[in-house]
Amino acid sequence: MAMKRLDGERTGAPLIGLRGIVKRFGSTVANNRIDLDIRAGEIHALLGENGAGKSTLVKIIDGLLQPTEGMILWQGREVILNSPEDAAALGIGMVSQHFSLFDNLTVAENIAVALPPSEPLTKLNERIAAIGARYGLALEPSRPVWSLSAGERQRIEIVRALLREPRLLILDEPTSVLTPQEAERLFVTLEALAASGCALLYITHRLEEVRHLCHRATVLRLGRVVGSCNPREESVQRLAALMVGSEIEDIRPVAAHTPGPVRMQLSGLNLAPADPHGMALRNLFLELRAGEILGIAGVAGNGQSELFAALSGERVVADAGAVVIDGIPVGRHGIDWRRRCNAAFVPEERNGHAAVPRMTLSENVILSRHATGGVVNRGLVDVEAAKAVADEIVTAFDVRRGRNDPLAGILSGGNLQKFVVGREILREPGVLVVNQPTWGVDAGASLTIRQALIGLAARGAAVLVISQDLDEIFAISDRIVVIHGGELSEPVAARQATREAVGLLMAGGKGQPHAA
Amino acid sequence: MRLELVPRADPGAKARALAPLFALLAAVLIGGVIVALMGRSPTAAFNVYFVQPLTQGWALQEIAVKATPLLIIAIGLSFCYRANLWNIGAEGQFIVGALAGSILPLVTHGTGAGIWVVPAAILMGIVGGILFALIPAGLRVVFGVSEILTSLMLVYVAELTLDYLVRGPWRDPKGFNFPQTVSFDATLPYLASGGRLHAGILLAPLVAVAAWFVLKHTLFGFGVRVAGEAPKAARFAGFRPDRLVLAAFAISGGLAGLAGILEVLGQIGQLKPGISPGYGFTAITVAFLGRLSPAGMVFGALVMALTVIGGENAQIALKLPLDLTRVFQGVLLMCVLAADALVTYEVRLVTEARA
Repeated sequence: MAMKRLDGERTGAPLIGLRGIVKRFGSTVANNRIDLDIRAGEIHALLGENGAGKSTLVKIIDGLLQPTEGMILWQGREVILNSPEDAAALGIGMVSQHFSLFDNLTVAENIAVALPPSEPLTKLNERIAAIGARYGLALEPSRPVWSLSAGERQRIEIVRALLREPRLLILDEPTSVLTPQEAERLFVTLEALAASGCALLYITHRLEEVRHLCHRATVLRLGRVVGSCNPREESVQRLAALMVGSEIEDIRPVAAHTPGPVRMQLSGLNLAPADPHGMALRNLFLELRAGEILGIAGVAGNGQSELFAALSGERVVADAGAVVIDGIPVGRHGIDWRRRCNAAFVPEERNGHAAVPRMTLSENVILSRHATGGVVNRGLVDVEAAKAVADEIVTAFDVRRGRNDPLAGILSGGNLQKFVVGREILREPGVLVVNQPTWGVDAGASLTIRQALIGLAARGAAVLVISQDLDEIFAISDRIVVIHGGELSEPVAARQATREAVGLLMAGGKGQPHAA
Repeated sequence: MRLELVPRADPGAKARALAPLFALLAAVLIGGVIVALMGRSPTAAFNVYFVQPLTQGWALQEIAVKATPLLIIAIGLSFCYRANLWNIGAEGQFIVGALAGSILPLVTHGTGAGIWVVPAAILMGIVGGILFALIPAGLRVVFGVSEILTSLMLVYVAELTLDYLVRGPWRDPKGFNFPQTVSFDATLPYLASGGRLHAGILLAPLVAVAAWFVLKHTLFGFGVRVAGEAPKAARFAGFRPDRLVLAAFAISGGLAGLAGILEVLGQIGQLKPGISPGYGFTAITVAFLGRLSPAGMVFGALVMALTVIGGENAQIALKLPLDLTRVFQGVLLMCVLAADALVTYEVRLVTEARA
């Protein structure tokens, strides 16, 4: 194992060095002459907005992509990485943002399938236990994966990587699916790893984490390195400014106000899961009032998608009164019908759910607007009207779209998200349900979207935001409810809730999310 | 060393438009090599396959007659394929359309019934095709059965039913025991005397234009396209997936049934086994040759009809087996798919130098 104690080596020769890395895809330049050094024992943050070129760079280091120009030095010697196997042979491991696990296999089986054929499988359970004990990665080898939380699943991915004794471990947005407590545990593990001499490349856009955890930070913008610093000596504002190229404004919250009448209501909503590993919703009660933003916090996979499906009418329930919009029971009616009750919805995935990537923006206007008039006449699609609406959204939400009416898939994540949120908000709905409004979206777009949600509520709409991002929940919500195991907690006023208490509820703890 | 397909940043519209022509050229070249390997002259084969049919009046008519059912079926299939539904039972729906449509001409045979029999028979043919296609659609909606298996297996049910009827209850008693029905009194009129162009041919371009309009300008057509591109987005839009399955299959089956009854009323004039030389399967190739677009499928249907006529010519003139035509059709489809792939992706050779 190459994890001998290497204190003080953080200042030594770099373990890996990138020199003038350029990566072109056709005419776009994803990485433009990037230089980067990572030393053993160092936790190195790679910061940048979506589309800044982080993922491309990481894929080059992991051997998934080959650079167009430039070279990679491993301990000072040039190497060519044609595949992740080449990278793994050097000691480069990766924990991706999206888990690649088999739900129906056990922890040990999932780890075994990922090992190279040459690795012996004997004493695998003991090896898993040894790694777990050393780095605080508790796992039961015989548990099936579907029964595990997101945090536990991530531990499998990390153990998988550690079993191959990496000297450089890449972590792509590792905290995006974790509760604050789980994230804290992860940080302890990562610090232990770094202390043992492993270099860590930590990709994120969460600046507080970088300041808390990382020794160095390299900031990418539009494919170039725009800065390199010691994040512990920089303010969050300064890091954010480096990332987006300008100072980020803070969200302007509206003054405290008294919420109006109930606009959407759940009374005893039950919903069976759509797939075997889904989450059942059990006996949910909720009141959403005019003028408020209600935040639903929770760790991914605790029933958020099912809740969205039940609220939007993508799935209907037998009990009409279980979902009520403005006094009208809509439980048995589909999403079109609920839209005609002046409700609007934004699902979690932009590509393939909220929008069709291989259709134009104007066609994507028709997608959610066809039931509420303006773009369809007697079954015939009015393309010109849809284009006009698309233009209106593009202007109001500052969507950068390049040429006129492009395919939705061409837009960057942040711009497409502004488009799908704007598409609903410009209708001035009375009720808006949004799932993960700023997931994987850059800081600038996040700000636009959050501000628009706050504005909509201030104009008298009832807004429900489902989010895994606690910062977001606290930034915009008037009241907070936690979803865990398909059940909702009692609502609490955001001003009186603490992150710790909400975090405990997210992890399945009981009790009120108030400060003690 | 290995080959890699890398998506192109911007596949040009021109390249996309020209790809099928290059595919056709490549397929002709490959076909020439095959003919040469069989010891015949490729130029003579090219002449017989592609030049003669396009320069002789009777052959041009024959191409139109053959292209008509191919186009009508392919357009129906394109609705299913665009919605990601794999109806491969158009052959069965074609036969059942022909059967259902033939009931009226058979019942009214010899009664001197008026001209109304023809449109009524066409309508019944369409309905027959729809109902037969709704079997796999219903099984999929209610029980989640794969429509690929059920639609294919129902082809055999249709073929054997036709076989039974023309050998049994519907056999012409004065037909010297041949497995066929009486010749219908009610048939489609010919467009020109002495030719083979029946009035049904006029319906094919109408169907193509209607399909283009539905896909491009109606909310229903939009729903079909969304369902194929992104099923979750279709649910988000409020298009009910079950209804869409039923509708796409109904259109597909109805058009296959229409093609079936037109073939019987226009071309054959009676029912007998083998009323279809595999139109329902060839139409799948036509649909993909035309990239599921109505205009493209017109081109695809004409090319496929041309190869059929050319193949028959070659059989007579050069003693080339009919199987060669099938081989050529297969090569052509592969070339079209390959050309499309090359337009969308760039092929790269990656050398396996170790780090």
